[in-house]
Amino acid sequence: MPDERTIEIEVLRYRPEQDAVPFFQSYRVPFTEDMSILQALQYIKDHLDGTLSFRWSCRMAICGSCGQMIDGVPKLGCKTFLRDYFPGKVRVEPLEHFPIERDLVVGMDDFIAKLQRIKPWIVPREPRTLAEGEHLQTPAQLEQFLQFSSCINCMLCYAACPQYGLDPDFIGPGVLALLHRYNADSRDGARAERMELVNAEEGVWSCTAVGYCSEVCPKGVDPANAVNQNKTASALDYFLRFVLPKGATR
Amino acid sequence: MSGRRPYVRPMRGWWRRDPFFVRYMIREATAVLVVAYAVALLVGLVRLAQGEAAYDAWLAAQRTPLALIFYVVLLAGFLYHSFTWFEIMPKTMPMIVVRGKSLGPRVITGAGLGAAVAASLLLLLLARDFAR
Repeated sequence: MPDERTIEIEVLRYRPEQDAVPFFQSYRVPFTEDMSILQALQYIKDHLDGTLSFRWSCRMAICGSCGQMIDGVPKLGCKTFLRDYFPGKVRVEPLEHFPIERDLVVGMDDFIAKLQRIKPWIVPREPRTLAEGEHLQTPAQLEQFLQFSSCINCMLCYAACPQYGLDPDFIGPGVLALLHRYNADSRDGARAERMELVNAEEGVWSCTAVGYCSEVCPKGVDPANAVNQNKTASALDYFLRFVLPKGATR
Repeated sequence: MSGRRPYVRPMRGWWRRDPFFVRYMIREATAVLVVAYAVALLVGLVRLAQGEAAYDAWLAAQRTPLALIFYVVLLAGFLYHSFTWFEIMPKTMPMIVVRGKSLGPRVITGAGLGAAVAASLLLLLLARDFAR
């Protein structure tokens, strides 16, 4: 017997060429137990309203494209299922704290610019030839940064961070977690450059330890820990420069 | 010409949007109660410095129903503040690696709460001895 149940989905729409402000539009989509929010949006686009815009790619929580506010909570659309809301309705909005470009699509310019500033790659401590072989790392050294390397840049933590919403200059949880991922890597040598970003007003000190960023992360990263560990690092960096001839990080 | 016209949503009332933010705001607000208790203790110290009569008057004032209500409210705020403080503590600490594995947040929170309870009990015991 075919499943004839349906579920109501309210989507926040914003079409810059014709809407002054966003508004909610309601759709009814067929409901099955295994259907994700992303699949529901795809159903709307294919069968009900081709004008609906949203980002997606991998459908399996790897690409980080489909972050949305689902009933007010930042989640990945592909990793959130209709069955957890049925028979009630679901409200889908673009990620909080980002400017809305169109419908569920938010502007990522600010995030990308910040990501580039932290040099999110390993800057080798010293030049190394191929003949010298690979960099060796102990399990304990790996443990220092491993969880932070799981970040998929989905920006859910930014939608969970009121400090970022109140002050968009704040570098924010995700990028600071990635900064820590490289600073905590024994192979990396760019810590001194990155500490300048950490120490700034818009660095770790804009964080007030709300901690929601770590709750909403779909990949088990703990950005709040990365940020707050670096408050200690930043304080040490400040005081040690009076003690050490070349400062703490040089 | 770009057709971009990004819409920025207002932040007004942000802390009422999610129960998590409400709990956060209560946690931050209880810091005021912690300060209030520090001030109350400081007043007691000042009265003690002013002599026996002043200190006795202050002690008597501590036993009025109004003062008791004040301290019950402070105690409730303190308990909430302590609990949430240790709850967030694992996020504020560097990784503690024991035998190759990092210590879990529950262990750190539990150790913090345990230390707070032990310190409070010790203080109560000492206070009881001094009161004799």
